[in-house]
Amino acid sequence: MPRVRVVAPGAMPERPFPEAAREALDDSQLRRNLGHATKTIRDKRAKVVAELPDWEQLRETGAEIKDRALLTLDHQLERLEESVTAAGGIVHWARDGGEANEIVTGLVRDAGADEVVKVKSIATDEIGLNEALGAAGIAAVETDLAELIIQLAGDVQSHILVPAIHLNRAEIRDVFVRELGVEDVADDPPALAEVARRHLRRKFLEAKVGVSGANFAVAETGTVCVVESEGNGRMCTTLPEVLITVMGIEKLLASWRDLEVMLTLLPRSSTGERMNPYTSLWTGVTEGDGPREFHLVLLDNGRTQALADATGRQALRCIRCSACLNVCPVYSRTGGHSYGSVYPGPIGAILTPQLVGVENAASLPFASSLCGACYEVCPVKIDIPSVLVDLRRQVVDEQRSHRGVRAGLNPERRAMEGLARAFASRRGYETLQRAGRLAQRPLAHGRARIGPLPGPLAGWSAARDLPAMPDQTFREWWRARGATG
Amino acid sequence: MSVARDEILGRVRRATADARPPPQTDPPRYRTRLDVEGAELLDLFEERVADYRATVVRVDPGAAASAVAGACRAHGVSRLGAPPGLPAQWRPDGVEAVEDRGLSTGQLDGLDGALTGCALAIAETGTIVLDGAGRSGRRALTLVPDLHVCVIEADQVVGILPQAVERLAPAVRAGRPLTFVSGPSATSDIELSRVEGVHGPRTLHVVLVGQFDAGGD
Repeated sequence: MPRVRVVAPGAMPERPFPEAAREALDDSQLRRNLGHATKTIRDKRAKVVAELPDWEQLRETGAEIKDRALLTLDHQLERLEESVTAAGGIVHWARDGGEANEIVTGLVRDAGADEVVKVKSIATDEIGLNEALGAAGIAAVETDLAELIIQLAGDVQSHILVPAIHLNRAEIRDVFVRELGVEDVADDPPALAEVARRHLRRKFLEAKVGVSGANFAVAETGTVCVVESEGNGRMCTTLPEVLITVMGIEKLLASWRDLEVMLTLLPRSSTGERMNPYTSLWTGVTEGDGPREFHLVLLDNGRTQALADATGRQALRCIRCSACLNVCPVYSRTGGHSYGSVYPGPIGAILTPQLVGVENAASLPFASSLCGACYEVCPVKIDIPSVLVDLRRQVVDEQRSHRGVRAGLNPERRAMEGLARAFASRRGYETLQRAGRLAQRPLAHGRARIGPLPGPLAGWSAARDLPAMPDQTFREWWRARGATG
Repeated sequence: MSVARDEILGRVRRATADARPPPQTDPPRYRTRLDVEGAELLDLFEERVADYRATVVRVDPGAAASAVAGACRAHGVSRLGAPPGLPAQWRPDGVEAVEDRGLSTGQLDGLDGALTGCALAIAETGTIVLDGAGRSGRRALTLVPDLHVCVIEADQVVGILPQAVERLAPAVRAGRPLTFVSGPSATSDIELSRVEGVHGPRTLHVVLVGQFDAGGD
């Protein structure tokens, strides 16, 4: 039943975007689900953003707060380690996903647990933590409703905020009936949420180990923040004896006060609410309240590589609100699976190639019309179109250097070089115009538009018609007019 | 310390060697307080909490306990958990109040609801902040039972988030956990249709205590 499937978890696309997108575009149910969902959430966001007279100032400050933390990240990480340790937490460092998975697996084993409850965390999806735990005989139970649906369906998430956005209520009901053995459940959202509540309740109350991600961590105070709606985040971070938080190093904020900006920007951009139902903030461990052990795993996994890129590093400002997905004309038609990464949409198109290397996600920077809607809504002002253009350059450079001599024989490249020479002078340009008028005759057949073309030209003409060149250019007309008048 | 730590910090230093962080803008360019006070502020808070489909009632200081009792009756509740720091005048008659002195998770699950105060409340976003101490209680108390009755005094309501963040700084520096609560637990995971009540308390009942003019504006 799940449709465009990516077998491997994580951030590494298995196949090029256009190939996956073509399948998604053929799925009319998926397109209906996506169209409805993205429009609903776009409208909600616009309404609550319009309420704030200082939204632009908040966005600018949000960008500065993240930049300040990122560009002094070594200092901030050391401060965070110090403050978390002082508050009774234990800090671990992981250079890559494998190392993080090993650390978490070891901690769960030390706690003597064979099951953990998990609150939605894209960082742990990125590193395939559930699979790694599974291989070690530890069951990871996803507790976010959408993540639970995805896990039960054996599917993969397709949206940062609402991972099961591609499934409708009837499809979700079928998953519950099949996987949880419930009978007679109506396919309306309250009934389905009730099924999830009952299924997870015992697991929450009995869990020894909870695993979470983090939305923010404050270096100054050692405070970690998880933003959520259902209460599963509170359950996972409060009830177990041991709490393990896996956090990308880019989530740091320098000071406590920075949270007032980020917590204003995030819920309005993300769910279109003034504030999300629950925000949990904890600092190390607290006697008599919550877990007795707190482990914070700091994850690099390609982030320092992105940080080294002066243009691309702004992608690390991302607070995973997903506003860019909902306004994107490409995402809202193809859905998240086409991007082949746990980070879909416009932000995924710039984040994924930087995390896994452009050579491993070469089609993603092109999965955009560069319309700029994503930049307009981004709460931390990530200039996604500019980063996309820069990544396209990197992809082309990379392919050029890789293919070496073969690239020199690429007909498209030779044609572009020829055009560049011809367009460099007026005479060359006008000669080419005359030649073009002759050359288009068999293609245009006297019509104003040129339709699909054969052979190597098909790629340029499959999706749009070209206007045929007119019989006379303006300059020619002007010259002729001067001669007669 | 660890090899991984040194390597990550080394990578960060190399990656940011060329960069200069933007300076802090002080005072901030965004609003740091709301120029709304008194009855208007409370109206805003009430409206915004109600937007999340939580119940809000306003009572005079002497009537807090009877408002709590009313909420319990309305929800058919007979056993409430309460933090030891809860003001005595909020405890309702006719409802068993179980003091949370380290109740087990199972015992919390056996309660009908929880009665607490809070650290402060934010009008613009309709948010209640619990700080794990005194009248707020520890985190599990307001999480496991299915009903949360929260008593808020009028002078605990601030305008916007930056005002709350400033007031909460001492609690955070003391290492206390904070929970921001904006309405009952909810999900929009199925077709973005909002459902109140998933894993946290499915019902949030707010009792706002202050001197209100009868029939005043």
